[in-house]
Amino acid sequence: MLDDGAARHALRLKGVSKVFGGVKALDGVDFDVREGEVHCLAGENGCGKSTLIKIVTGVYQPDGAEAFELFGERLESITPVQSRARGVSVIWQDLALFPNMSVAENIAFDEMVGLRPRGVDYRGMKDRARVVLARLGVTLDLDASLETLPIAQCQVVAIARALMNEARLIFMDEPTASLTQSETDRLLEIVRRLSADGVAIVFVSHRLAEVLDIASRVTVVRDGKLVGVYPTAGMTQARLGELMTGHLLEDHVTARDMATAPVVFQAQDLGLPGQFEGIDLTIRQGEVVGLIGLLGAGRTELAHAMMGMSQPISGQMRLHDQPYRPASIREAISQGMAYVSEDRLHLGLLQKQSIADNAAISVLDRLLDRFGLISNPQKIDLIRGWVTRLGIKIGQPDDAISTLSGGNQQKVVLAKWLATQPKLLILDSPTVGVDVGARAGIFRIVRDLAEQGLAILLISDEVSEVLYNADRVLHMAQGRIAGEYDPRKVSVHALEEVIYE
Amino acid sequence: MSNLLRNRQVEFRLLVVLVLLCIGLSLTTDTFLTMANITSLLNNNSVNLIWAVGLLVVLIAGGIDISFAVAASVVQYLAAKILMGIGGGNWVLGFLVCGSLGVLLGLINAGLIQRFRIISIVVTIATFNAYFGLLMFISGGRSIYALPDWWTARVILFEHEAADGTWSELTLPFTVMVVCVGATWLLIRRSNLGRQLYAFGDNPEGARRAGVSIAVMQALAFGWCGLMAGIAGLMQVNIVQEVVPNALYGRELEVLAAVVLGGARLGGGRGTVTGCVLGVMFVAVTQNGLNLLGISPFAFQMIIGAAILIAISTSNISFAGLGNLRSGGRK
Amino acid sequence: MSDVIQRARTILGRETFGLLILMAVMVLGFSLASPKFLTGPSLSSMGFQAPLLGLLTLAMLAPMISGGFNLAIVYTANISGLALAWVMLQFGGPEAGLGAIALGVVAALVVGTLAGAVMGAVIAYIGAHPILVSLAMMIFLRGLGEFLTRGGDISGFPPALAVLGHGTFLGLPVPLILFGLVALVWHVMLRRSRHGFAVYMVGSNIRATEYSGIDTKRTLVMIYALSGTLCAVAGILMAARFNSVRVGHGEALLLVTVLAIFLGGIDPFGGHGKVAPVILSVLILQVLSSGLNLIGANQHLATAVWGLFLIAVMILRSEQLAAIFRRKD
Repeated sequence: MLDDGAARHALRLKGVSKVFGGVKALDGVDFDVREGEVHCLAGENGCGKSTLIKIVTGVYQPDGAEAFELFGERLESITPVQSRARGVSVIWQDLALFPNMSVAENIAFDEMVGLRPRGVDYRGMKDRARVVLARLGVTLDLDASLETLPIAQCQVVAIARALMNEARLIFMDEPTASLTQSETDRLLEIVRRLSADGVAIVFVSHRLAEVLDIASRVTVVRDGKLVGVYPTAGMTQARLGELMTGHLLEDHVTARDMATAPVVFQAQDLGLPGQFEGIDLTIRQGEVVGLIGLLGAGRTELAHAMMGMSQPISGQMRLHDQPYRPASIREAISQGMAYVSEDRLHLGLLQKQSIADNAAISVLDRLLDRFGLISNPQKIDLIRGWVTRLGIKIGQPDDAISTLSGGNQQKVVLAKWLATQPKLLILDSPTVGVDVGARAGIFRIVRDLAEQGLAILLISDEVSEVLYNADRVLHMAQGRIAGEYDPRKVSVHALEEVIYE
Repeated sequence: MSNLLRNRQVEFRLLVVLVLLCIGLSLTTDTFLTMANITSLLNNNSVNLIWAVGLLVVLIAGGIDISFAVAASVVQYLAAKILMGIGGGNWVLGFLVCGSLGVLLGLINAGLIQRFRIISIVVTIATFNAYFGLLMFISGGRSIYALPDWWTARVILFEHEAADGTWSELTLPFTVMVVCVGATWLLIRRSNLGRQLYAFGDNPEGARRAGVSIAVMQALAFGWCGLMAGIAGLMQVNIVQEVVPNALYGRELEVLAAVVLGGARLGGGRGTVTGCVLGVMFVAVTQNGLNLLGISPFAFQMIIGAAILIAISTSNISFAGLGNLRSGGRK
Repeated sequence: MSDVIQRARTILGRETFGLLILMAVMVLGFSLASPKFLTGPSLSSMGFQAPLLGLLTLAMLAPMISGGFNLAIVYTANISGLALAWVMLQFGGPEAGLGAIALGVVAALVVGTLAGAVMGAVIAYIGAHPILVSLAMMIFLRGLGEFLTRGGDISGFPPALAVLGHGTFLGLPVPLILFGLVALVWHVMLRRSRHGFAVYMVGSNIRATEYSGIDTKRTLVMIYALSGTLCAVAGILMAARFNSVRVGHGEALLLVTVLAIFLGGIDPFGGHGKVAPVILSVLILQVLSSGLNLIGANQHLATAVWGLFLIAVMILRSEQLAAIFRRKD
């Protein structure tokens, strides 16, 4: 199947380069996709993946290309309109859909674009949308407004919209980033179906496991250069990670036996109907407790209750052996709790504000001068201190936080919470949108913090992440703690079986 | 049907309130549910409704326009000068002149917004001041009473004499309002251009990537709003039979409140003609009812303001749940 | 030389620096056009006029930084003025003593703060759009005022109150001193206090702010309440200047305050903006209107020029941006 010529090429690029202001974003990269193939484009953030996609879709013109072939047609360059007309479609991570419009309109939107006024045929539009969805083996309420749909179904709508444009080559940018495992499985099923239909799909993802699962070949790009093209058969996650980052990732179990350490946090029979029930949870000083489970299993809801964002109606919590029942986030923070939210972009950071202000927001009371006003020098000292301690790469403390990479942004979030000197740190999916290299850095910090005695609750749906970094793993399903595992005695594979059964 | 209810909750709620209000007024006064009262209510609110649908289109496209009422005054003044200059003109010329002047003023807004990437509230507050200041400066604040006869003549399209001798009638402004409301509905609901407007207001970046022409959308939204402002200006003169430069100053915020009450969202992508009409009529009926109930006219504004405050407060309470769901699901 | 300019730019910020130059050019232009411009009477009349617009602009500024709007500023000022007038009438109108004035001022401040707090509460706890809430509040307060006064004036205040509006202290107009003090307090409140910090954060992302442990609801209620307090100060000043209170006084200033704020380079979406460039903008608008007045134009032309001026400044700024982009590409 991997034999050249077995299938025709959907896309063939050779020696493509693109320069931005003297920096080579792409340097002589080759890339080819066959019809009906699922191909993965892998690389860290900023390696040139998006530039490559934008050249194929005509957003950028290449500064040089030895060959540029689309469905067998030789091209010099291409405009967005020409690209779309030839069946190229991109589903960006933000989906570019219209939340207030109906599902049918979103699927058929492109037929409405244009300046020649004409009527809208809602019935015909729905019929066509239904046909496309049937091709994907999905039924959706076509009249529902898109914002009422969960993100996984929005993803399906975006795919249907691409098919509506008769796409034959679809780029999918991080399509599973905000999906649960079961939703991801369903999406991958749809992708396989499309591929069987002859549609070529280029998959861009940080989740190496699913890349290996779905793609037949993977092209790895690093710093704008091609590392190589590899069949996924026989490829391991560790090897792929190494190819992407250029260095070996040390992934091994770090669990320690913490049974004798003093208890920091304890929950007994904690329950909130519809979210979780009968939760018993103990977290000890210096211990990293992993909490794993599917999205919707009640993990984030439990964290919210621990942070005072919701009030459990049964059971009790104790913090340092004192009854603990926070009525608000503020109260939880003042008692020594810290929560790194899973949604860094919207809940973790204030993207428009400076790095210094983002770090200072949770500890304003400690930055006051003798008049009770916020002291700027103290604020700058605070962030400078954390920049050194956590190895954050920043320009100036006054720069907007949005100028930082995902990994460095997440470190600022950590700094903001560590500055409150918490007793218990809750990390909710801390590596979403953080690339492979930076993940290792974040977990190194987490383990250091635990060594220094901080109690940590690590929530994630990536089994390997939890298994390699926690001292103890709890499995949560349908609002209950379904099992407890010792990372030293269970394999990633075995744990995945339990969770996704 | 269930979908219709789900997607049109604001409109439905407003309709229920409006119907209850009407029933209440019919029971407590003998004058509310008379043909004379209903027709005068419709005639008197024609100008507001024409403005409202124009503003609605801008709101849907994600913009805001503060300048439309003042623009209507400018149109009135210029049209009066032009029409008298060419010897009087007629209705066709009147519509042509007022319509094109209105579109022109709207396009000035659109051009500034598009060409220099200034947000619409800044641009329209600037043009609001510029239009009004220039108008008052040039006109010296003097009203124009010498107008062509056709312009100030009452055109009655329907009349009816009740048994007790009271006349009820529907006049030209009402008909023009119906046409404007209908045309706006056709534009935003039934044409591909209108759907692109919604999409642009909903997710500008997504619309741009799909190939929607942003410049055309801005021009369409503000041009339409300007057109409606021009026509509203023409009709307002027909009703009051004079051109008073500062007569319409200050009306923009009330129209804005009514349109937003009707479910149009500041920020774009949401709003319907039905909701818009209901919003304007809610305010109109409240005022009419207070009048009929013999409440001091000095208290009208206070009660309407309070009614809007209460309406916002209650409609948002029951939507809070939905809002959370949305932000939770779409992170 | 260019080094000095560069340093001035970094210290003052791009907005303030540009506006200062504009101001200098205008002052120069008007003093060449009219010999009366740079004279004591002309400057002092500006000093008496600018503070009212200035106070209202600051009242609009704080909610705007929090990502909101307060369209009710003028009528909040009117209603507060009414409270003051009512108290003074209870104590004999022109014969009312200093104690009555003090009581009236307190009453005015309470009324203004309360009106603001109600708005803030509706915005914070119900999550309704600030434009709509403040618009409804504006319509309500205007109606309330018209209801209470039957559309008329209330006048006849003790002469002591007039000092507030017409007096001078060390040669400076009292209103100007009052405005200067308020502006200083406002600047410190916004840039240095915990509350001010929260206002900026709320303006850029309210949920993330909430998640960081800041009481965003209290912040919103407080910022609108403080905005209301400032409106009350403006209302007291108006009563003192005009020696009467009428609902609708200063109505035309509402959108001018927004104009001044945009001129000052404030982010219309909230989260960014400083006090100094906004005050400079207020002064520029005042210079424009007084200068035009001196060379024979009326207030209406000044209004038009304000609008055109804002457009011109926005275009200049966008051209600056465009130039930066061109260099990058």
